[in-house]
Amino acid sequence: MAKKQTAIDFKKLLKEVNADFPTFQILDKEGKIVNEAAVPDLSDDELVELMSQMVWARVLDQRSTALNRQGRLGFYAPTAGQEASQLASNFAMEKEDYLFPGYRDVPQLIQHGLPLSQAFLWSRGHVAGNLYPETLTAMPPQIIIGAQYVQAAGVALGLKKRGSKNVVFTYTGDGGSSQGDFYEGINFAGSFHGNAVFFIQNNGFAISTPREVQTAAETLAQKAAAAGIPGIQVDGMDPLAVYAVTKAAREWAAAGNGPVLIETLTYRYGPHTLSGDDPTRYRSKEMDDEWQQKDPLIRFRNYLTEKGLWSEAKEEEIIEKTKEEIKDAIAEADKAPKQKVSDFLKNMFEVQPQSIKEQIAIYEAKESK
Amino acid sequence: MAQKTMIQAITDALAAELENDSEVLVFGEDVGKNGGVFRATEGLQAKFGEDKVFDTPLAESGIGGLAFGLALTGYRPVPEIQFFGFVFEVMDEIVGQMARTRYRMGGTRQLPITIRAPFGGGVHTPELHSDNLEGLIAQSPGIRVVIPSNPYDAKGLLISAIRSNDPVVYLEHMKLYRSFREEVPDEAYEVPLDKAAVTREGTDITVVTYGAMVREAVKAADNLAKENISVEIIDLRTVAPLDVETIIKSVEKTNRVVVVQEAQKQAGVAAQVVSEISERAILSLEAPIGRVSAPDTIFPFGQAENIWLPNAKDIEDKVKEIANF
Repeated sequence: MAKKQTAIDFKKLLKEVNADFPTFQILDKEGKIVNEAAVPDLSDDELVELMSQMVWARVLDQRSTALNRQGRLGFYAPTAGQEASQLASNFAMEKEDYLFPGYRDVPQLIQHGLPLSQAFLWSRGHVAGNLYPETLTAMPPQIIIGAQYVQAAGVALGLKKRGSKNVVFTYTGDGGSSQGDFYEGINFAGSFHGNAVFFIQNNGFAISTPREVQTAAETLAQKAAAAGIPGIQVDGMDPLAVYAVTKAAREWAAAGNGPVLIETLTYRYGPHTLSGDDPTRYRSKEMDDEWQQKDPLIRFRNYLTEKGLWSEAKEEEIIEKTKEEIKDAIAEADKAPKQKVSDFLKNMFEVQPQSIKEQIAIYEAKESK
Repeated sequence: MAQKTMIQAITDALAAELENDSEVLVFGEDVGKNGGVFRATEGLQAKFGEDKVFDTPLAESGIGGLAFGLALTGYRPVPEIQFFGFVFEVMDEIVGQMARTRYRMGGTRQLPITIRAPFGGGVHTPELHSDNLEGLIAQSPGIRVVIPSNPYDAKGLLISAIRSNDPVVYLEHMKLYRSFREEVPDEAYEVPLDKAAVTREGTDITVVTYGAMVREAVKAADNLAKENISVEIIDLRTVAPLDVETIIKSVEKTNRVVVVQEAQKQAGVAAQVVSEISERAILSLEAPIGRVSAPDTIFPFGQAENIWLPNAKDIEDKVKEIANF
């Protein structure tokens, strides 16, 4: 019996879609340029600044982990390994752009203007960590995975309506791309042609769940197609590639063309958070080693050293400076006044209803004792 | 002044605020060209433009997020959720996000958002259109829940809600949309939030209620008056947070009370009203606090609404029971 031909070649359809999302790379893991034409236009000073920020972030991660172990910090989601993905994308942001970070995106928030001492207060669970001046166009790290995406769509429309050339940046992880709000966010922003750049930092795992369990899609960048917006997958361990793609996406969105979805392929060397997660339960040493070799600091260090822009002494200087900065910030955070329930009550509404006024009086009496 | 239905009063309020404040934005599913599934936004897009009154994709959470982000960029969003049964899709944005933002940012940000949504039984809707879900939001600190019972209040409360810098969930009972007309001033005016109204003065017993049950309570009170039972009716208007002062003042006067809601007994806000009275005025009570509410089942199939929804007769019976305790 002759084999019946399938009228539609689904295999081919899928292959064609997947072929549309190759990984964009500029620096290989040795720090050699593999895509000369795409090298972003960054001055020597800017290149050094970007490397300095990445070293800063690595030190911040190490110190934050230590401070958490000592009980001097609270909630902490490690960032080591994601420096290119986080700092190089943030490097393309303008001061008045909006930032809607996820809970792991504290480094970008600090670079965008949040004092480090406040980031530490946020980690500890103190309201003072979330007192943002009007000029800090950002929100505190979002705990509800996906919520930042739909909210960013709203900011994107607001910026569009005001004729602003600013853009909103928002970040989620690979697991977050399974949420409904992820899709609604990119779809709304697409429908309204809003000024937004959406990031998926794909570090391979959502806590213990590997990326393959999230979706059958070969890339997460291709999810952009469902919203009818451009999507691009980039080597998230390559600072030049992340920067180049983000910069281009930002310009595209700022010009009123609508949003872009960027998937950065990255890795976190540490656990999901320091609240008890043990990555040896779900990750092999071989896998960790493989990604250590792709370390964004190694390749960028090599690249800059080759250009005569970086040295061990320079790096040591940044490390020391960062350690000092962290020490000062912790000291500053320690000075925050004790939180009061009466203050919490006062922040519930602009116009206080009777029930709140009543409770303020009760707590103020308690607190004055 | 003109005789208006509640839906006309709502449209009036939206038009007034769109006119009054260039930051007001009205959006949702089919609120633009179509003028809304109930015509609440009829003519607004034509008058104020697509920039101010616009349709969205069909996704409630996205609408909530849109409102959130627009508010952060300085707008005063008035989004619509087509039916409040669809609130489950947007619970995070409402209670997980909007209600918390002022608190979590220590008062450095505010979200002047008014979410409008129809609800309520008696018009034989399909599933999950009519459910009384105000209790879900009422349990969430940081957001007001406003439910008007008549055209005059509907306009004034909606204007107050839109002008408020705190988020408000504004629920419109579908049965009240066109069931009667009332004098409504043409100009903009405010009815204060957080204030209950004494709809009818009485001396023997207090009925605390809201939404469509206010009209039922009035019907019951008319009948009870013939039996020489004088009923005082309190219309909560803002069901969360509660105007406890007005409730207690009335209970202290009448010494008897019945709390009436359309929601199921385990839902709504009646239990909260009962506990406030127990806590504050138990020594004034000459009888247990009575409750009228719907049975603890899922909202009924359309044809069974008449045997399920509380009505004037239920109120009358309960009032008599408490009055004669």
